[in-house]
Amino acid sequence: MQKRLIVNHQLLEIMVMRLCHQLIENHGNFSDSVIIGLQPRGRQVAQRLQSTLASILGTTIPTGYLDTTFHRDDFRRRETPLAANATHIDFLIEGKRVILVDDVLYTGRSVRAAMDAMISFGRPANVELLVLIDRLYSRHLPIEPTYVGRRVNSLQSQRVLVEWSGQETQEDNIWLVTKNEE
Amino acid sequence: MQELSVRHLLGIKDITPQDIQLIFETADNFKDVLNRPIKKVPSLRDITIANVFFENSTRTRLSFELAEKRLSADVINFSSSSSSVKKGETLLDTVNNILAMKVDMIVMRHSSPGAPHFLSNHINANIVNAGDGTHEHPTQALLDSFSIRERLGEVAGKKVVIVGDILHSRVALSNIFALQKLGAEVMVCGPVTLLPKHIRELGVLVELDVRKALQWCDVANVLRIQLERQQMKYFPSLREYTLYYGIDKKMLDSLDKEIVLMHPGPINRGVELSSDAADSHHSIILNQVENGVAIRMAVLYLLASKQ
Repeated sequence: MQKRLIVNHQLLEIMVMRLCHQLIENHGNFSDSVIIGLQPRGRQVAQRLQSTLASILGTTIPTGYLDTTFHRDDFRRRETPLAANATHIDFLIEGKRVILVDDVLYTGRSVRAAMDAMISFGRPANVELLVLIDRLYSRHLPIEPTYVGRRVNSLQSQRVLVEWSGQETQEDNIWLVTKNEE
Repeated sequence: MQELSVRHLLGIKDITPQDIQLIFETADNFKDVLNRPIKKVPSLRDITIANVFFENSTRTRLSFELAEKRLSADVINFSSSSSSVKKGETLLDTVNNILAMKVDMIVMRHSSPGAPHFLSNHINANIVNAGDGTHEHPTQALLDSFSIRERLGEVAGKKVVIVGDILHSRVALSNIFALQKLGAEVMVCGPVTLLPKHIRELGVLVELDVRKALQWCDVANVLRIQLERQQMKYFPSLREYTLYYGIDKKMLDSLDKEIVLMHPGPINRGVELSSDAADSHHSIILNQVENGVAIRMAVLYLLASKQ
């Protein structure tokens, strides 16, 4: 397995800062806006955006986590069942401007499932999509992000890995992982 | 993610403690779904489930049907009282005819112990046992343990007494297996005529005095006297049974601790349980019913991925 660093921790910090300012440009003081991170990996991105926005604006934007497992369309097409995660949305999204957040946008199927799952919590005024990495030319569905950290060209056999500092690693990094051909 | 070790849910005896934990974790998520404004997910939208009930049922059938509908499965219902079974069709023929209509899963209740096991050897669809005679009722045992876990934090180490007609109860047998697999201590209590002869071999304690049993336990699961299955007299009269084994609020208050009271339903108020006990804060009877839907959703969801 080969790993190539595509975004190091300094670049990632700049990227998150830029995304936050783009959000401020569109959402002003976020009075009607909420952030929803897609479980499992969008959760940390959402947390990071929330804390960065809090340091810039001085207010905490309502942030929730949405699990899409039961709404996915590849159930029963997989070898093992999909593990569900907790959904935690303690606010209504009726009439709100929703910013869906995930780490990597690949086929677009998770985002479709997320939009489906989100409707259970109300009818949002509008929905935007923010991703750290957009894998180009890999979409199965006509879904495009509103805010993008970095666009990357990648092969189908490759995988994008976003690591956040914590138990396993010291630094935030984004890697492009290539599996060795057997 | 883990998956279930079985293709059918025929009984608690056949599944592992890991299976039970997996079902509980999945049910936690479904319980969350059931508390949303929109209580439906599209997981099983390409699946058809037949509820085949050869024996009467209200709670279990409604609970299964609701679970199936919440998962967006297509549902067909069958009850033997209004069907060709009356015209002499065999079980296997009946089920094969249903399966010929492209049904993916069968939820079955039957009065003969082992009927779902027999069926599982002959057909391909996933089978969920919704009660087979006096043998097992696995989803009831799962929801009972799930409710204990919800109320007391965990099942391991807890003392649970099952009171009543143990001899005719499939709920008792499934509960004994489930509780033991989860690490609880189990006692059975009832008139000696309603306790199976070799029940001690299952590793359960036996107590004939209901007061002593309640003093010992953390949780009391009270069962109904199944008069419809009794072909002879096991005790002189229902009044006498109530006198010796009926549980009321006064008895609960006289204990020096709080116990949790459960009942799989239907309750015969004034026989095994008085109304003031059934409606007291000790009782989690309605929580059991609520958890039943989440547990059945989890079972159907996990089995459907094992086609």
